[in-house]
Amino acid sequence: MDVVVFWVLALLAVASGILVFRLSSMARVTYALLGSFLFIGGELILLGLNYLGVVVILMMVMEMVIMAVFMIAYMMNPAGLMPMSMVHNRRGALAISGVVFAALAAGIAAVPLPAPAATRPPDPTLQLGESLMGGQMLTMMTLGFALLATMVAATVLSTGRGRYDRFGDDLERRIPNDPVPGGVGRR
Amino acid sequence: MSLQWFLLLAAALFSIGLYGVLSQQSIVMIMMGLELMLGGVIVAAGAFWHFLAPTAAAGQVIVVVVVVAMAMEMAMGFAVTTAIFRAREVDMTDQARELKG
Repeated sequence: MDVVVFWVLALLAVASGILVFRLSSMARVTYALLGSFLFIGGELILLGLNYLGVVVILMMVMEMVIMAVFMIAYMMNPAGLMPMSMVHNRRGALAISGVVFAALAAGIAAVPLPAPAATRPPDPTLQLGESLMGGQMLTMMTLGFALLATMVAATVLSTGRGRYDRFGDDLERRIPNDPVPGGVGRR
Repeated sequence: MSLQWFLLLAAALFSIGLYGVLSQQSIVMIMMGLELMLGGVIVAAGAFWHFLAPTAAAGQVIVVVVVVAMAMEMAMGFAVTTAIFRAREVDMTDQARELKG
């Protein structure tokens, strides 16, 4: 049973992954990637990682729905109504990725992997939680700071006109330098 | 189910993502390729944890790290795309090659 589920999920994940670069509509591309991650989450659940599988599925649903908005905003061919090429050096890219896959597959087949482990933890989720709040606390704190830095950096990068543009480098301008004057309490 | 098949799935996802990263012109499509590559890493880490070291939590922690990396990559990628589009109306890598050596 597990073998059948693995193959179905694996083939669907790979097929949706290929569709990401075959479809021409940006909305469909985003949902193809979402599909691929749903099947990856299913594989994680199959591996006994129930919590992480559900986290991947829930996170990717939200991420891809938000991403669809940006994809449609930034694509030159958002609706996919006109067939057009959006690739460069297609043959080189195909060759490189083909060689990488062949090398990885050869490595997987050639390397003698250790025998499967015999003992299993009773609750993998409890194991992860105790680890993140114990031995891997530094990892968790680093991830937290990295996420905070991402929030600040993304806001700074995507802000068009910040307070330094409006109030000067020393923030000493009393009346902001706006393209359109006015507003409550201003002249 | 065996470790080899899971690793082969991870290699396939990684290679498809690599093809996208190398071939796509649009910055946002390159980010899709990166996500797919990280998806392959998630499968490989989960499989290694399940088959080789289920008593060590580090395998699960790697999955958590990769998931966070995906979220950060997405946020920063869109921020950079927004910044470069606002500055120069560029949304393709071919138009942003000033730093090419």
